[in-house]
Amino acid sequence: MAKRVAVVGTGQTFHKSHRPDVNGQELINEAVQRALEDADLTLKDIDAIVIGNMDHFEGINYVDCWSVDGSGGTMKPIIKLTTGGTTGSTLAIGGYHITASGLFDKVLVIGWEKNSESDTTGAITTAFDPVWDRLVFAGAIAALAAEGMAYMTEFGITDRDAARVSVRDRKHACNNPHAQLRKEITIEDVLASPMLSDPVHLLDVCPRTDGACAVIMASEDVAEKICPNPAWIWGTANRHTYTYVGDFKLGEIDSMKYAAAELWKKCGIREPRKEIDVIELYQPYSFAGIIWIEAMGIIPRGKGSEYIWSGATDMGGELPINPSGGVIACNPIGATGLIRCAEACGQIRGKADQRQVPDVKLAVSTGFGGCYWTDILLYGKKKPS
Amino acid sequence: MAEIERLVIHSGEGGQPFNYAVGLHGSKFLTELRDNKRLMGIRCPACGKVYIPPRRVCGACFVENTEWVEVGPKGVIGTYTIVRYAFIDPETGHQKPVPYGYGFIRFDGADTYFQHFVEITDESRLKIGVRVEPVFAEERKGTIRDILYFKILD
Repeated sequence: MAKRVAVVGTGQTFHKSHRPDVNGQELINEAVQRALEDADLTLKDIDAIVIGNMDHFEGINYVDCWSVDGSGGTMKPIIKLTTGGTTGSTLAIGGYHITASGLFDKVLVIGWEKNSESDTTGAITTAFDPVWDRLVFAGAIAALAAEGMAYMTEFGITDRDAARVSVRDRKHACNNPHAQLRKEITIEDVLASPMLSDPVHLLDVCPRTDGACAVIMASEDVAEKICPNPAWIWGTANRHTYTYVGDFKLGEIDSMKYAAAELWKKCGIREPRKEIDVIELYQPYSFAGIIWIEAMGIIPRGKGSEYIWSGATDMGGELPINPSGGVIACNPIGATGLIRCAEACGQIRGKADQRQVPDVKLAVSTGFGGCYWTDILLYGKKKPS
Repeated sequence: MAEIERLVIHSGEGGQPFNYAVGLHGSKFLTELRDNKRLMGIRCPACGKVYIPPRRVCGACFVENTEWVEVGPKGVIGTYTIVRYAFIDPETGHQKPVPYGYGFIRFDGADTYFQHFVEITDESRLKIGVRVEPVFAEERKGTIRDILYFKILD
């Protein structure tokens, strides 16, 4: 029987476009020290470490080995997980599985990236099939733009509707000292920014970021002794759907649809829109803020844009999305999915400061990557039954 | 301010030592393309889906695909984008030729999309649903570059 697992501490760097003052292990160390401090633990208390990033961004393999000075992994069990864009959320799911196994009570989970150290689009391209995918492939932006174009054509929304999502997240980011881009923008700013890949403008997409995030998970045997109000992990789900980019369903994300449906069912969530208090969505471009919440079952297909315009997902709205400012304001890729986890747990624990949503009982975080695959996690204030 | 000299690591002029196999199914597609300008898909015996590029296994049904089907050469734009941002193509080490039309083409008779260049001599003609056909290279070598790009017919 699996142990119940809670998040008892989190730590993040102050994410920036470029951190030449630290190397990889030093960046990792900043997040780890903050997570230990948050949990009031020392490295001696940590039983095992799960760490990950996307190797090809730095061109340095085996972070599990070379980062031990920073991670605290010297002479400890350590394992690396790397799954592309979903790396951070996979780390959270993997950390949960390891802690739930009962073999380790306190597990330190670390996601990090120094995107400044290579060419992000070139590096992403190497994750795709050399024979069939790479000829026209242009990193994440163009593939996402093709999704946005399909949805836009089917439902008659425009880039103005998508821009509303960017405006929301950039506004929220002003409340988050850890976010990279902390300046408000307007719809006109988004529409006037350079067209990168039709219909996606520069201000519709995530930046490249240097940053790290660490999360400490504890089994039910020790969690409440470490932290009086931990964030309990209620459940996780993930789905991988396609092999080649051209296999996808146009303007829809089946991986999110089926992962979310499984999670709601497992956790007894009947009406996600009403029951969930806050979502930290791995949303690498603005159109996803519309398309993917439909797939998640928050709002019927085709109604996402209207829901965004209503203000329901703004701070103070019915279901705030990305109080942290999300991925559009900050994207150290291997850390990004884990930052969503840390932020969602911060909301449950009432530790989100200026970006706190009042009285959060249930929070969701997601991860996205590669050929449109999805990770999703649900956290609760209450210990799951 | 003094200019900072950065450490830059190059791979040099040497080729990269990757040597990929495309398998029997990928090979049939590429040789038919090269020798006969024919586009071969493969049908899953369980769900009936016709895959391009052809592959041995239908992942959803987890059964071996067996029935070859000729598709195209004409098709329809399922979705597209026009890539306008510059970046280095790790395949060549050179900048990708932006702007370019990036099409997801559904060949007549196929169920998945083939990704390739689409002409953008007149950008307003590139829309979801327009019909296209491949323009083949004169000298074909058995790669997807044997199709130069897709021409818009509508």
